Amino acid sequence: MTIITILKHVPDAESRVHAKDGALDLSGATFVIDGMDEYGVEQALRMREAGLDAEVVALGYGPASTTQALRTALAMGADRAILLEGDELHDPLTVALALAAVVRDEAADLVFVGGKQADWDSAALGPALAEALAWAHVDWTTAFALEGDAFEAVHDVDDGSETLRGRLPVVVTTQQGLNEPRYPTLPNIMKAKRKPLDTRPADVGQELMVVTGHTGTERERRREMLEGDARSAAAELVRRLRGEAKVLREEGR
Amino acid sequence: MILIVAEHAHGAARKSAFELVAAGRALATASGSPLAALVIGADPSSVATELAGFVSDVHVVADPGLEPMRAEMATRAVVHAAETLGARVVLVAGSRSGQSYGPRVAMRLGGAYLEDVTDVSYEGSDVVAQRPTYLARISATVRSQAERVVVSVKLGALAVAPLADTTGRVHQLDVPFADEDRRLEPGPREAAAKGRVALEEADVVVCGGRGFGSSEAFERHVVGLADRLGAGVGATRAVVDAGWRPYGEQIGQTGKAVAPSLYLALAVSGAVQHLSGMNRSRVIVAVNKDADAPIFKVADYGIVGDVLEVVPALEEALAGRD
Ligand SMILES: Cc1cc2nc3c(=O)[nH]c(=O)nc-3n(C[C@H](O)[C@H](O)[C@H](O)COP(=O)(O)OP(=O)(O)OC[C@H]3O[C@@H](n4cnc5c(N)ncnc54)[C@H](O)[C@@H]3O)c2cc1C
Ligand SMILES: Nc1ncnc2c1ncn2[C@@H]1O[C@H](COP(=O)(O)O)[C@@H](O)[C@H]1O
Repeated sequence: MTIITILKHVPDAESRVHAKDGALDLSGATFVIDGMDEYGVEQALRMREAGLDAEVVALGYGPASTTQALRTALAMGADRAILLEGDELHDPLTVALALAAVVRDEAADLVFVGGKQADWDSAALGPALAEALAWAHVDWTTAFALEGDAFEAVHDVDDGSETLRGRLPVVVTTQQGLNEPRYPTLPNIMKAKRKPLDTRPADVGQELMVVTGHTGTERERRREMLEGDARSAAAELVRRLRGEAKVLREEGR
Repeated sequence: MILIVAEHAHGAARKSAFELVAAGRALATASGSPLAALVIGADPSSVATELAGFVSDVHVVADPGLEPMRAEMATRAVVHAAETLGARVVLVAGSRSGQSYGPRVAMRLGGAYLEDVTDVSYEGSDVVAQRPTYLARISATVRSQAERVVVSVKLGALAVAPLADTTGRVHQLDVPFADEDRRLEPGPREAAAKGRVALEEADVVVCGGRGFGSSEAFERHVVGLADRLGAGVGATRAVVDAGWRPYGEQIGQTGKAVAPSLYLALAVSGAVQHLSGMNRSRVIVAVNKDADAPIFKVADYGIVGDVLEVVPALEEALAGRD
């Protein structure tokens, strides 16, 4: 079988990201494979290492630089990679439609997608991709086991977690806890350079949602340090919260 | 028309339903179109009655397969309602459920999807919204380019709507569910801790980090303080990974996003992934023994100290015994 794992190349979480005059400034950012996507790669590799007869294909949509994320996946152990090359898009539905065409071409029946993108903060790609393929999806997945074409998954829901059973095909979006992704070793990084990476121009339609501006969300904070020993600092804090900040209701008394 | 999908639990509408009513009323007024609510569930009649105090028309889809929520069942129900009723804008909660079926509904309707927004309005005939991006460090303005729009609204981002002076009509809707809508079979569920205010609905959140050192210390100090304040309990990923607390309490990129009036970050270092789940809080308090901890950069009030001493002192001060 073919397992596809979808990847994105995103600014490292520690990078400085800010907005100036309505535009996004990423000039100081270093880019890495999205951490949530790594869980998907790792899961596919573990299933294969446990004896599943599967080819693991890393698939990314985006500009040429996305190749770096795909190489990381190859270095982790994916067999080959496909870059669907196109301009940065923000509309997950448009990207999902483009990716769905590749998933169909590859006749894959299991697709992993990162649970939430570190750049666009979006959790929509997985469900949108499943809809485009007319497949089921399981989101926020913390455990996934396959036997034949039957799977059992555990995933986060609003009030806790839930077990879901079903049959392939399925789109699975990742959640932390699914696994601990491996680091590529140096020999594997070298080997990854010779693995097939196929670049195709993306066939994308008109975006149904566009971005027209950016602003920073940083709020002015008081940043007041309350001095003294634990007792006096705590007493001062309670006074401030009741008095100037007015965020403590008196029922706490 | 504008259609809101009202979520509910234990026979009552969730707070998010009234946040959607507020957003829906504003959109309805701006576009001169009617507002209606959709309630889906196994037997959501009490929720429909509750909503009829807020909205003039409430549509109900009752099917046992809708509880627990299954994305494809919900998608079928919402798409059918939107098409039958001629909805141009569909508002859903930015809960895990809403974010699970929202994209599917948008795609099936051939519409746009504005995701997890903190604000939504009309600009001319376009629906425009604000949404946090880049681990909530940036707010992006997004604009719909389609006839139909599905909007998921971030939990707790909007004020709840006041009761209207109406007694709305309740209508039953029959939805032609397909077998494939039931292809996923729900098994056992693990519920998050009960009896405490839901994290996303809490006005005060007490969040503990790895610095507590053990689940016992976390329980005694963080949960103890939260109980005194009637607050929600939050945890960092380090705490959840250590197995001290359930995932349902995690705050951050891969956990929940909260925006309470007061957020207490106790022995939390303040990693970006954590900040992205709490930086919209109105007032932030940080207690950390490391004066250089990044959390102090976003704190309104900071105390450098040992949480094992400061939290008991805080309890004392709250009890007025200082
Ligand atoms: C893809 C990805 C997603 C992530 N998602 C999330 C997420 O959703 N939520 C999240 O929280 N994290 C998330 N993280 C992890 C995040 O990067 C941090 O590792 C995590 O938030 C750290 O938790 P912490 O502050 O409890 O622990 P630490 O970073 O270890 O900090 C503990 C703090 O406690 C202080 N301390 C220790 N003892 C005491 C004491 N006795 N008194 C006072 N202070 C004390 C220390 O000075 C330190 O600042 C994610 C990471 C990745 C890669
Ligand atoms: N085998 C490895 N190869 C490359 N980097 C690594 C490796 N192991 C750990 N690291 C890096 O070391 C840091 C600490 O890793 P950890 O101890 O797993 O939290 C991380 O930022 C990793 O990027």
